[in-house]
Amino acid sequence: MVAVPAISTIYLSMTEWSGVGLPRFTGLINVRRLLFDDDNFIAALKNNVRWLAFFLTIPFIMSLSAAYGLSQIKRGVMFYRVSLFLPYILPSVVVATLWRFLLNPSSGFTGFLDKLGVPGFDKALLGTSHTALWAIAFIDNWHFWGFLTILFLVALQNVPRELYESAELDGANEFQRFRYVALPGIRPTLVFMLMMVGIWSFLVFDYVWVLTKGGPAGSTEVLGTLVYRTAFGDFEAGYATLQGLGMAFFASASLISFGILRKRGWEI
Amino acid sequence: MTKLKSRPSVLNIPLTFFSLFAIYPIAVLVMNSLKSRRDLGLNPSGLPKHLLWSNYRIAFNQSKFLHHATNSLLLVFLTVTIVLTLGGLAAYSLARLKPRGSNGVMVYMLVVSALPLWLYIVPLFFLWRQVGLLNNYFGLVLLYVALNSPFAIFLLRSFLIRIPREIEEAAIMDGATKMKVFTKVLLPISWSSFLTVGLVVALNVWNEFQVAFILINDEEKLPIATSFFAFQQTFGNDWTLTSAVGVMVIAPVLLLFFIFQRKFTDGLVQGSVKG
Repeated sequence: MVAVPAISTIYLSMTEWSGVGLPRFTGLINVRRLLFDDDNFIAALKNNVRWLAFFLTIPFIMSLSAAYGLSQIKRGVMFYRVSLFLPYILPSVVVATLWRFLLNPSSGFTGFLDKLGVPGFDKALLGTSHTALWAIAFIDNWHFWGFLTILFLVALQNVPRELYESAELDGANEFQRFRYVALPGIRPTLVFMLMMVGIWSFLVFDYVWVLTKGGPAGSTEVLGTLVYRTAFGDFEAGYATLQGLGMAFFASASLISFGILRKRGWEI
Repeated sequence: MTKLKSRPSVLNIPLTFFSLFAIYPIAVLVMNSLKSRRDLGLNPSGLPKHLLWSNYRIAFNQSKFLHHATNSLLLVFLTVTIVLTLGGLAAYSLARLKPRGSNGVMVYMLVVSALPLWLYIVPLFFLWRQVGLLNNYFGLVLLYVALNSPFAIFLLRSFLIRIPREIEEAAIMDGATKMKVFTKVLLPISWSSFLTVGLVVALNVWNEFQVAFILINDEEKLPIATSFFAFQQTFGNDWTLTSAVGVMVIAPVLLLFFIFQRKFTDGLVQGSVKG
């Protein structure tokens, strides 16, 4: 089901094709264009790398601290579990629309912060070139990080309690228990999720498309929106296929780099 | 376990803050859906002055909610049925019968489920157009089944493989066929894992935007998520109506989540690690 289109991808990526009629085989001309002559691709790729940097840090810091907190308390865990997970099950379109309202400078949170006199919230975060991408990442993360929290919580619950107890007897403080007991205890899960987030960061589409469509002035264009635009806006299906292939290349690069680090004897 | 000093009071502060961060925006959506436009302008993030239920009637009609929700329910029904039937049989086969090439199938599924949609969606779009599967639920369901099956098969297999073989042996002794063993012995004791997978697949299909956005552009046939996108493109400035439609879109999801909370979290969390 998936493999056949995937193989035809390779052929089509070397053609000039509008999507109608027969593709015209052009060999490596598309590849040369992608590598040396496509500023949009490079710009989009840079945004995906920014996205990656955001998602490899902020959600992990938030969810590791929340999951550790949840693993240490006894009462109310169920309430926190449900409320933190809630945003994850909502459809991306609704979440994106809701947050566009909340980040509207004349209403919602940012309007409120602006009235309080907090600097930086007097403009439309989604409508300003240098904040838009981060605003979208923030919104996507609002939806995503609770999922990561529950995932880590499940892993943390498998860390033997005795380890915490003996660390406590040795006089370890809260942070040391987190750093030397909890974190090593869930390392496989943590590394796996870092890798998955690495892959997903190159594939983002929904939130960007619903919130800004890549604008303002291309400042939030990512590979997903670029491929969509090339194929269905510019009718360059052959070239869009190659861009999609490039996207998959960077996504799998995340996978491969983890493999290499592991081979090199990194303890991951 | 009891020896551990309890230190809940301090940790509750950040955790409460985190859950407010998660819940409050959803509360704003619900509150705004019941405000008048004037009320919303004066008071964008607090409780409504009067509960304006008529917003829902207008939103329900304007967004053709019933029509698009029915579209999505049909897609959910078809996808869940096919994934559970084919995926269940495949999982049974991989867990118990182990025909030649089972490992190959597992590896194949692992590889294809890792292939990103963007790698093949453009050629697939034009292929679908060629064979008349654009704007066609069969074409969409086909892709949904392909996208959801690997996860379903892995998860169901891991449930089935944990069932002790002794349970089936009595039935096999009595001369039950392999199919009978599956339907009469294994299904009754593993229905809860099928429910978990069914719920996750249903959620995926109800919420799905990207594929439907590319493959369906006939207004009549839009499923709920893409129809909400179209609605907020037109009525986006009317936040009260947009919020009301948003609440209607997420209401069934929230309802099922509160009933089957454990199954949703287990299914989604395990699915991502195993699948």
